[in-house]
Amino acid sequence: MGLTGGDGVRDGDLQESILGLENLRTCFYTQGAVVRAVDGISLEIRSGEIFGLVGESGSGKSVTALSIMRLISSPGEITEGRIIFRGVDLVELSEEEMRRVRGDKISMIFQDPTAFLNPIMKVGKQIAEPLTLHRGLGGSAARSTVLELMGLVGIPDPEQRIDDYPHQLSGGMRQRILIASALACQPDILIADEPTTALDVTIQAQILDLLRELQRELGSSILLITHDLGVIAEMCDRVAVMYGGHIMEVAETESVLGAPQHPYTAALLESLPQLSQSKERLQVIPGNVPSAVTPPPGCRFHPRCSYTEAVCIEKMPSLVQLADGRQVACHRCI
Amino acid sequence: MVARLKSRLDQLVQSYRTFATSRIALLGLVFIVFLSLVGIFAPILAPYDPTKLVDTRLLPPSREYLFGTDHIGRDVFSRIVYGARVSLIAGFGAQLLSLAIGMPLGLIAGFFGGRVDHLVMRTVDVFMSFPYILLALLLASILGPGLRNVILALGITGWTSMCRIARVQALSVREAAFVESCRAIGASDVRIIARHILPNSLAPITVVATLGIASAITGEAALSFLGMGIKPPEPSWGSMLSEAKLYLYASVTLGIFPGIAIMMAVLGFNLVGDGLRDALDPRLRRRALG
Repeated sequence: MGLTGGDGVRDGDLQESILGLENLRTCFYTQGAVVRAVDGISLEIRSGEIFGLVGESGSGKSVTALSIMRLISSPGEITEGRIIFRGVDLVELSEEEMRRVRGDKISMIFQDPTAFLNPIMKVGKQIAEPLTLHRGLGGSAARSTVLELMGLVGIPDPEQRIDDYPHQLSGGMRQRILIASALACQPDILIADEPTTALDVTIQAQILDLLRELQRELGSSILLITHDLGVIAEMCDRVAVMYGGHIMEVAETESVLGAPQHPYTAALLESLPQLSQSKERLQVIPGNVPSAVTPPPGCRFHPRCSYTEAVCIEKMPSLVQLADGRQVACHRCI
Repeated sequence: MVARLKSRLDQLVQSYRTFATSRIALLGLVFIVFLSLVGIFAPILAPYDPTKLVDTRLLPPSREYLFGTDHIGRDVFSRIVYGARVSLIAGFGAQLLSLAIGMPLGLIAGFFGGRVDHLVMRTVDVFMSFPYILLALLLASILGPGLRNVILALGITGWTSMCRIARVQALSVREAAFVESCRAIGASDVRIIARHILPNSLAPITVVATLGIASAITGEAALSFLGMGIKPPEPSWGSMLSEAKLYLYASVTLGIFPGIAIMMAVLGFNLVGDGLRDALDPRLRRRALG
């Protein structure tokens, strides 16, 4: 099976939606309290794009990713909304049907490649797992595909490495192994949940380059979750900013980072360290991330926002499309 | 291919080295190997038929009868040699049965948790609330004597510790991040248990299984001692002890030889079990080498 050859997808049907979240709500039921980690978000990921999801810790990025994979386990639950993947609502699928989607149509890579690899299984076997599960490939057929995949993700000397255990590889190589395993069945979407957080800076750049390269070659869409605006700027076609379980702003990366419309996005960008300015202290957003158990009324950001008006406290702004195509959830922009 | 074989060999050598750093564990292994060889080559080693009368009763050890003769005139040495067979088969057999019952139940209980876990663990509690040997005795008396029934009785009563250790392992391994990544590639629960949870739980399970063989050997000896084990003319160390207790004043050696044999077997498996625990636990390993 050829692993490359999805050329032309990128410019061809850029507008075609491949994954759509409609009013997705995921809650966790803890003692006496309901944590609304993802509180009614709507998103659209288009075929062949790299879509960024950015936000602080606790903003619901990872829960969104796990919801798409339907990997939310008790006490969590998707309580509302639809996840439309190629016209099928994933929320409605049975566990067995969903299992056939995972790793085949949609796959995921995680933060810490060391923890997410089985320590006592050879890396080649681990890359082959999705092939065995979804393609029925085993033995030598799987082995040659695995070797091809290992080459594709830039592992030098695959013949040697294929029988190594995870502890014999470096962190960057381990992340490449996870990527190879995630891409084994050529999924339509790859969800990358902070794929570079556990790696050091030079390796981060390599892994990001690799992801972008593979995305171009295979034509998959990537949902990239990160808290690093630099990564977003470098990688993503479009980006959604999440805060307190809500989407604040969605647009092309250049317009979000270049001319943010939402006060939260703007504040986030201002708190980035700037090389051109020699400030003593970094700018911070006053206050804390809102509690997901007792979220503030109205706009989630109003207690920390410098433009708060009466309406912000009363009513939650909905995500509206502006003239330039971007979507913003802020009363000021309507 | 050659390189793969070589790396496999290197790993085995490495594990063996760690194991071998513990002299005492090696001694245990020597005991086990020795007794196994004795059991396997019993027909060659034993000078007489262990169930036939060969001479006057209660003879002391001599060149002709290495360990003397017993209360009805059978050769004790031949009986000890054949007894090794019975003991080892009973030990391995019962432990294999325990493993077959306890390990899957424990893994399932630990992995799924909730009601399944409750059901399995309460069953274990019920089994454990009876003294092990009493329960085995009850079963053996229902099933009747004979090697097969001894294995059944000991296996059915002895699976609880295996079940517990497998459950604890499954409980801890299922929280590992890589289990999540298995789900993310679409692996089923059964596959996750068989391919990921089980191999990651194998080290402590091996240790418990080895120690379990020792306790199954004592179990067999106890059952035979109490007359619920191996059928009388067949030689078993436990029943030999039982017979010897009536004649200890006449011949001390009658009790000493089967006693030493039992001790060797049990000690052997216990030492190996401890050694394996040290060799398989990387935290202990570093201490042993450093």
